[in-house]
Amino acid sequence: MSGDDLCLLRGDRCLFRRVQFALNPGELLTVEGPNGSGKTSLLRGIAGLLEFETGDVTWDGQSVTGDHQSFRSNLVWLAHRIGFKEELNLIENLQFEGALRAASLENLQPAIDRLGLSRLTDLPLRYLSAGQQRRVSLARMLLADVRLWMMDEPYTNLDHAGQTLAGELIAEHLAGGGLCVVASHQAVALDAPTRRITLQ
Amino acid sequence: MNAPGNRQPGMIDGFIAIIKRDLLLAWKRPGDVLNPLFFFAMVASLFPLAVGPSPEQLLLNGPGVVWVAALLATLLSLNSLFLTDFEDGSLDQIILSPQPLPLLALGKAAAHWLLSGLPLVLASPLIAMTYRMPVEVVGVLMLTLALGTVSLSLLGAIGAALTVGLNRGNALLSLLILPLAMPILIFGARTVSLGVAGDPVASGIYFLAAYCMLALTLAPFATAAALKISNE
Repeated sequence: MSGDDLCLLRGDRCLFRRVQFALNPGELLTVEGPNGSGKTSLLRGIAGLLEFETGDVTWDGQSVTGDHQSFRSNLVWLAHRIGFKEELNLIENLQFEGALRAASLENLQPAIDRLGLSRLTDLPLRYLSAGQQRRVSLARMLLADVRLWMMDEPYTNLDHAGQTLAGELIAEHLAGGGLCVVASHQAVALDAPTRRITLQ
Repeated sequence: MNAPGNRQPGMIDGFIAIIKRDLLLAWKRPGDVLNPLFFFAMVASLFPLAVGPSPEQLLLNGPGVVWVAALLATLLSLNSLFLTDFEDGSLDQIILSPQPLPLLALGKAAAHWLLSGLPLVLASPLIAMTYRMPVEVVGVLMLTLALGTVSLSLLGAIGAALTVGLNRGNALLSLLILPLAMPILIFGARTVSLGVAGDPVASGIYFLAAYCMLALTLAPFATAAALKISNE
């Protein structure tokens, strides 16, 4: 995957320009920068939720704008807003996930156990704490059968054990030949080949 | 890691899953379903109290009142169609899924109709009785309402998608949708009136069916495009 000459305008303000990156299987891309520097916008642009002013993202040598389908079937997204229904419980939410993209729902129980959510499976997500909800978002990543994880501030709200766990999950995904893009204002120290983008 | 792409869920899986999810959500929040129905029943049953109980007058006004009440009840429920999905980030997940977005948008509209249009259709015979409509016309009323509410759910989804990112887009949503809804209202109410007068009703029903098909084929694509713009 690579991005070339990416520039994004919000209103008439230029958030960033001439951003480029290249990412190979097994590699982590971290996007760093202070608040408001455009980390989230860069991630949303790469995923295709925002349009870049100039530049192009390619996946497997193909431009993403031309072939959304194969890019999206390889991507799973984590952001501030968890993207689950707070009226529904964990299992109901994750089952809906399984209809949206390729997912190994047979690994549901091990994933739930690993994330320490096994006692919360029949509670509506509304009753979960912010950190627990963040763990539920991690369950989505864990179950998805995709190569690219895009995570916006994955460590927010997690306790120390949770942050370590999130780091382990990312490392395992990379070790399995996956790719990962992480935007975070916290320094991410992972034992994996890492490329960095720093936004001002 | 598993080889990706092996177990991609089918297109219909996504369509059915989104309908099921929205029905399940409605089951857990029944107020959202009951509100439009309650509004419809209230407007339609208060009207005779205001204009007087003479049967001729009720028969004359009945079709129009029922149709206006149905239109407004549907508009009332449209605002929230994509709002919660937008607020909790589900919309990002839906747009980023490899499933075709127009089909998922069609699923949302279908769920909306099952939750708002269908209850109106099913309640309409009761309302027809309060207006002393002849029994033969009840079928016409239900059929026109069914076709009309399907079109309204589909067209309304476009408006709801366009206004989802705006605060208080409710008034704008009505402004956007009402011009498109006018033919439905005119033909729907007029067809029922013709039925009450004992005239043939087929042409009106054909028009409503054609309008419904047009909405069914075009609205999902327009909704999908609008969602992408609103979610930027």
